Amino acid sequence: MKYASQAVSKLYFMAAIGLFVGQILFGLILGLQYVIGDFLFPAIPFNVARMVHTNLLIVWLLFGFMGAAYYLVPEEAERELYSPKLAVALFWIFLVAGALTILGYLLVPYAGLAKMTGNDLLPTMGREFLEQPTITKIGIVVVALGFLYNVGMTILTGRKTVITMVLLTGLTGLAVLFLFSFYNPVNLVLDKYYWWWVVHLWVEGVWELILGSILAFVLIKVTGVDREVIEKWLYVIIAMTLITGIIGTGHHYFWIGTPGYWQWLGSVFSALEPIPFFMMTVFAFNMVNKRRLNHPNKAAVLWAEGTAVMAFLGAGVWGFMHTLAPVNYYTHGTQITAAHGHMAFYGAYVMIVLTIISYAWPIMRGEKAANKRAQVVEMWSFWLMTVSMVFITLFLTGAGVLQTWLQRYTDTPLPFMEVQAKIAPFYWMREVAGLVFMIGLVLYVYSFFAKGESAGDATPV
Amino acid sequence: MLSIPSRSQPQLPGDLAVWVLILAELLVFGVFFLAYVAAFHGHVALFRAGQATLSIPAATFNTLALITASALVVQAIVALQAGHTRKAGWWFAGAAVLGLLFLLNKWLELHHHMQAGISLSTSLFYMFYLGLVFFHFMHVLAGVLILAWMSRRCFQPRPPGMNAAWSAGAYWHMVDLVWVVLFPLVYLL
Repeated sequence: MKYASQAVSKLYFMAAIGLFVGQILFGLILGLQYVIGDFLFPAIPFNVARMVHTNLLIVWLLFGFMGAAYYLVPEEAERELYSPKLAVALFWIFLVAGALTILGYLLVPYAGLAKMTGNDLLPTMGREFLEQPTITKIGIVVVALGFLYNVGMTILTGRKTVITMVLLTGLTGLAVLFLFSFYNPVNLVLDKYYWWWVVHLWVEGVWELILGSILAFVLIKVTGVDREVIEKWLYVIIAMTLITGIIGTGHHYFWIGTPGYWQWLGSVFSALEPIPFFMMTVFAFNMVNKRRLNHPNKAAVLWAEGTAVMAFLGAGVWGFMHTLAPVNYYTHGTQITAAHGHMAFYGAYVMIVLTIISYAWPIMRGEKAANKRAQVVEMWSFWLMTVSMVFITLFLTGAGVLQTWLQRYTDTPLPFMEVQAKIAPFYWMREVAGLVFMIGLVLYVYSFFAKGESAGDATPV
Repeated sequence: MLSIPSRSQPQLPGDLAVWVLILAELLVFGVFFLAYVAAFHGHVALFRAGQATLSIPAATFNTLALITASALVVQAIVALQAGHTRKAGWWFAGAAVLGLLFLLNKWLELHHHMQAGISLSTSLFYMFYLGLVFFHFMHVLAGVLILAWMSRRCFQPRPPGMNAAWSAGAYWHMVDLVWVVLFPLVYLL
């Protein structure tokens, strides 16, 4: 570790992994509720479990992004963090606010939570993924502003690199676009229209910039390839991300009351959204092949390559599957969406956070890389989680295809619940795959404690 | 004379990453053009009626502006290769000015349509027309900024290397190429 203040990211990474475990636990509960509808009812109803599962994901990824920024920004800017104290204070504010919100979901009926937190004054609750009480949303904005100030001051008063500028652009976009969560028009079409400015422009826009910059940082470190080469790729990737992703928002504007031209614009541009992900895959493998050094942290290299491949499959290929308007006409809101959501979030964002943790954690402990045994355990966890996620995605895709077939693409459509009963075997198999994922995650956590022989130092190729 | 890397030693003029970007951009436009053709075949009368409202003289002027700008970019690269950096700077500046003329002319054309109350929702034809033209407009804008930046660098003590010049030139030719397809497709055919 080159700068002492990089260590604040340890807190963020710990919280991220802790919440990740919580997210998967609720995923398992939720998966079971698909087939045993009253499992844990009335203590944890389906809608609450789903809210906790998705909200925990977003919150832990935000912890991960912030941790990544606190780690890589000082190193890139070649100076200590502007204010490590602010970073620690914001961490606790965010963690306590997040924990209180989740407890609120679990202990108070949602309508009661809305009342308690004064949702009447500025109604923002009750929308998928943006369920947080208004006061929590305000807290998120405060934390985001403090974080941006801290990171921004570090970057602007230090060495400016393409990586930090792209990261800062992504993080600023993340904060600015979140402001649309406060806009809650009565008109449902308008509401959905701007809701996607948070949801889509996050994951298919600014988050991709964050992903790209973290990946570029790790690749520079573990391959020793010239910064200029990596930065050039980063430029090209983010240009394509923005060209396709911004107008690609249109693929969410099918059949929701928005003008018909979105069917064309959304189809054309979002069909090309796999391109930047494909470039990212070519980029990652190219850089590893051209490496100038063999980094002892094999696990981090594996995560980096895994991110590129799985992001392309999950976000690119599985997104393309149902992005064209004529296809989406039948598949809109089926389990195919769930399949895409799972693999895209895992492949792009979960894996990039695990990549930077894998790279940075040993260094913060004073080693170049984790010991050999710990790395073996970590790589096992990589394969268990990744392969089980592939199976979760395949089973949900099977469920979605059958659902579309029986319920939509037919002259004699069956009712929703009848179809759900018919696709139950897929849900059972998904749950089993989910259990394997949990085993992988437990191994992952264990890898931080595993002891073994030192992995040594980097060697030239 | 322009020296192009010899065949025996294949070498890409410009940066690989820029070529990847160019291919991806061409793919985006290509898909957009194919969608246009598909929509055209479904609504021939509607598209013909829409095309009749477009100004062919204005578009012809724009075509000439872009093609001439491309020629000037070639001159700039020849000059730069010969070490005449200030001369190259003027050629790049000339190309950028022609690009600006394109933008101005196109903007007037779009303004005219907007004044007539035409929007993306007016008809399928105008959705394609406005969508394609605006998307290309933004690329010309980016191209003009790149050319202007190259021009400025040519007047500085440390002139740009050939790699940057090839890359900038290739990007500009891509913008030009797209228009050369867009013009007949949307205005003439």
